[in-house]
Amino acid sequence: MISLKVLSEELMPTTPGPNATTTSLRYRREPLAHPSVQLGALDALTLKGGREGAGRFELDLKASNWPTLTPATLDIFQINLGKLCNMTCRHCHVDSGPDRVRENMDRETVDACLRAIELSGAHTVDLTGGAPELNPNFEYLVEACVAQGKHVIDRCNLTILRVRRYRHLPKWMAERGVEVVCSLPHYRKLNTDAQRGKGTYVKSIEALRQLNAAGYGQGDPNRQLTLVSNPVGAFLPGNQATLEAEWKSALEANHGVTFDRLLALTNMPISRYLEWLLQKGLLETYMERLVNAFNPATIAGLMCRNTISVSWDGRLFDCDFNQQLELEVQVPGAARPHVKDFNLDLLMQRQIVTHRHCYGCTAGAGSSCGGQTA
Amino acid sequence: METYYKPEDLAKFGDIAEGNPELGRAFFSYYGKVFEDGALTAREKSLIALAVAHAIQCPYCIDAYANDALEKGSDLEQMTEAVHVATAIRGGASLVHGVQMLEHVKATMM
Repeated sequence: MISLKVLSEELMPTTPGPNATTTSLRYRREPLAHPSVQLGALDALTLKGGREGAGRFELDLKASNWPTLTPATLDIFQINLGKLCNMTCRHCHVDSGPDRVRENMDRETVDACLRAIELSGAHTVDLTGGAPELNPNFEYLVEACVAQGKHVIDRCNLTILRVRRYRHLPKWMAERGVEVVCSLPHYRKLNTDAQRGKGTYVKSIEALRQLNAAGYGQGDPNRQLTLVSNPVGAFLPGNQATLEAEWKSALEANHGVTFDRLLALTNMPISRYLEWLLQKGLLETYMERLVNAFNPATIAGLMCRNTISVSWDGRLFDCDFNQQLELEVQVPGAARPHVKDFNLDLLMQRQIVTHRHCYGCTAGAGSSCGGQTA
Repeated sequence: METYYKPEDLAKFGDIAEGNPELGRAFFSYYGKVFEDGALTAREKSLIALAVAHAIQCPYCIDAYANDALEKGSDLEQMTEAVHVATAIRGGASLVHGVQMLEHVKATMM
């Protein structure tokens, strides 16, 4: 449990949505907060399309010469530090928000992660949330990973860097070579605020200026500034390289802000984005679009093949999406592995758990935490 | 209700090659090339297509390029400005003919 003192007035002012206030599904006690209800909503659709024409992910994998989806080398150790966030974005797949004070990683689990990171051989530690910076163990964990010689990624919502308590972070992270991967759906205000809440755009630009001032986003490999763009609606992202060029010239011309690369991610039809699709009556259209865009060339590079995802309470998953759907890793035997009993050999024998939401990662040019995969 | 325009026909655009595959292939290959990144970006071309779609009032094209413009990274404000460009040119095209009317009036009237 994170003390409510951390959630100062300053943390709260982002009023989400231009028209309506977004709150977490959990806060509203919506049935859709439960993973089984989300998976049920996806299962209930009659989908034609994909390679096998049934909208069944495992069949389309088989038809693409992947009879089973198995892991490659483990490169990335991803830790979801908790669901607490100062923002409540419309499309959040974690159902994060200021009310999620309970589900956050404690020091004991952080230490178990650090031992597992040593055993894992992963070269990168990818920190996400919620807002990972809000976890009181954030700086401790980053420091220890850097000491182990790992490349550390902070998945940052930008606005947190405008909160006084966290304003030192750009410089602090720059000194430790942490890559900052931050969300900015669009280089203009309209779409950014529609997805992430009114006032987000202005704060995000201010935060990007802080990061530039700390040396980020100017081609220094030790101060990498990466932007992430998700579509603000029910459509697929455009070509990543083209969007990057557009974002770069527009942000520089309009704000004098620079960054190193842009990742174009597809929205995953789970949690609050699923709720939005259902409210708009667009779920079937969107799923059809994903299924029809199924691209076998994306499979080899999917993040679930080179990543292990750890939840706030130390459970292990194939990716952060499976984590939010409570689909734990399946290793031989009946064990439900926990990070404190990390066993790389056993994990490498696992079969990756898939479901209909996986079409979100195989559509078009593909989508993973590292961007497009084909 | 019977109607000349059917939304489902948009997805069947490729079927037009049936009557002449060679011309069909040539057209769609040309079409694809036109919209690639070039001296203009794919996003800029998509906005031009959206504006032209409104000028020629093609409902298929409006549907297709409203979606394409979003995918290419345009927002509502940019797309609305593109439609106003089409509107200004269409309106201007009528109004500039008014000069012909004006000349006629000047030549004819006292």
